Amino acid sequence: MQNHSNTAVLTAELPADAAENEKLIEQAYEALDGTEENKPENRNKPSKWDRWKANFKRRGWILLFILPALIYVIIFCYAPMYGILIAFQDYGQGDPIIGADTVWVGFDNFSIFFSDPNFWSYFTNTFLLCFFGFVVGFPLPIIVALLLNSLRAKKVKKGLQILYYAPHFISLVVMVGMLKMIFGSDGLLDKWAGGNGLELFLKPEAFRPLFIFSGNWQDFGWSAIIYLAALSGVDPALHEAAKVDGASRFRRIFSVDLPAIAPTIVMLMILSIGNLMSCGYEKVILMQTDGNRVTSEIISTFVYNFGLGADGKPGLGTAAGLFNSVINVALLIIANFTSKKLANQSMW
Amino acid sequence: MDAKELKTLKKKNKIRESKTDYIYYAVCGFILFLLAVIIIYPLYYIVIASVSDPSAVVNGEVWLYPVRLTFSGYANLFNRPDVWRGYFNTLVYTLAGTAFNIALTIPAGWALSRDYLPFRRVIMPLLIITMFFGGGLVPYIAVCTALGLYQNPLIMVLGGGVSVYNVFMCKSFFQTNVPKEVLEAAQIDGAGEVRTFFDIVLPLAKSIISVMVLFYAVGHWNNYIDALIFQVDTDYWPLQTVLKALLEVSAGEGEVAAEQFLIAKQVQFTSIIIATVPILILYPMIEKHFGQGVLVGSFK
Repeated sequence: MQNHSNTAVLTAELPADAAENEKLIEQAYEALDGTEENKPENRNKPSKWDRWKANFKRRGWILLFILPALIYVIIFCYAPMYGILIAFQDYGQGDPIIGADTVWVGFDNFSIFFSDPNFWSYFTNTFLLCFFGFVVGFPLPIIVALLLNSLRAKKVKKGLQILYYAPHFISLVVMVGMLKMIFGSDGLLDKWAGGNGLELFLKPEAFRPLFIFSGNWQDFGWSAIIYLAALSGVDPALHEAAKVDGASRFRRIFSVDLPAIAPTIVMLMILSIGNLMSCGYEKVILMQTDGNRVTSEIISTFVYNFGLGADGKPGLGTAAGLFNSVINVALLIIANFTSKKLANQSMW
Repeated sequence: MDAKELKTLKKKNKIRESKTDYIYYAVCGFILFLLAVIIIYPLYYIVIASVSDPSAVVNGEVWLYPVRLTFSGYANLFNRPDVWRGYFNTLVYTLAGTAFNIALTIPAGWALSRDYLPFRRVIMPLLIITMFFGGGLVPYIAVCTALGLYQNPLIMVLGGGVSVYNVFMCKSFFQTNVPKEVLEAAQIDGAGEVRTFFDIVLPLAKSIISVMVLFYAVGHWNNYIDALIFQVDTDYWPLQTVLKALLEVSAGEGEVAAEQFLIAKQVQFTSIIIATVPILILYPMIEKHFGQGVLVGSFK
């Protein structure tokens, strides 16, 4: 074995030695099956496998650099995928995923979830929250990027960019805290409205607007980065040519800028459509009150509220979570497939 | 000479500017200005509310400038051991956690950017899959529990160790920003993979490292949920979790309760500020590295 790999190293850099050569020719005669390797002009060349081994021996140390991350991903991402088995069990907090006394219950957890009287409410809440978020949040960064890009004063542009990005780094706890200080009870808006309490955080119909408004407040600038980068790659000559043709700055947005960022828009649109059912629970549970639960209970908060803790139902939580992520993957595949057909653009 | 040229150029531009363009720039400037105000005002409001008399804040008198300037909110904050313990915990989690993140992410990005990486065709999909599909919250907690991380503050450091998205960002940075010639020269000089990485690649990676530090550090700094889902003891709560509890205080009954409510209200404003300021300081320092090369290309 050791010997063999040594020859491999040699063959990678030098023509094979005589013995190896003969062996190869012999092999070639033996199996004249017309494969690439057995063609007469390739007989002396090392095989793909030999080259691979040579590369591995010479530069295989590079694997050391990816190894820690890979191990981490296997433990913290793939092991939980194996943990999906919990969805088919009567699982208690702290049990091993497969142990001697594991109780398998088949699809019971799923049927409990689907027959929950509020199941459709969770489902539509999840979809509507993401969908309205998409309708408002998708075009906004594009518009902002186009406007920013058309500014001539570079310093103003830079300053505004720094300002627009900043809220992205504010924590969710602080964000929702601020939201309550302004829109909540005892908040600024309450006092302005006469002080008798709008109680927006207790109103189901106010939950989505508040959630989406604050989300966009935080992230419209940050999401514009990718479009701004694409716009900065636009050849100035295109703008000059359009100007000579008499196009106004406004017109050039549609004739020069938008076509330039169209591929980016499509790409992000695929991603967003793939995310139409994946609202995280982290912010929602901060905004959730008994008053707005009718609209604010989404699938991921259901998992959080009913699947965790000592008196939670982990099996049910896993089943609900799995249902949600299967939909997400399906949406992503459909979005990608559609864009491949319609715009000849795909993520993979 | 230069200034003169510029002036004539500007003049030229002015002549070319059409009327519709003027309208466009006016509208565009107005919209962008409005957005700036919308961003600044809530932040400004928190600042002025934190230095105003809390009863004025609760009565809605504070909205444009501080009313009855006072720093008692900050003084009261000093008397909150839970806030300072949270601050200290967060500092530890952020420093240790970010170091862990960087140690995993930067080398991984470098390795993936090399097309001679063995098993690359297996490793890439293995990582990409995790961006779109995961086991979910409950199995994640179950696995961490099996590793002894339940109710263990170590989860605050180890959780979210690798963001695959960030790894790919590093990968595309290395693909475009490390010149091939330099690597070839190093190889000819006999530098192995490890030597090449530490002596050549790392010094070239300053900007991506600082952006990664920002992203991960902000993630740790702002993390409040892990302490709750892993039921970490309150002594080990990070600042954001403490803050969450603090912000949920609502009005009680009676005179004393009302006074305490006002103090609590004021502490909410001041604690929001001390929780946010470190990040808003770190961010502009690193912002200059948000060049094209760093943030873009991660989508491929």
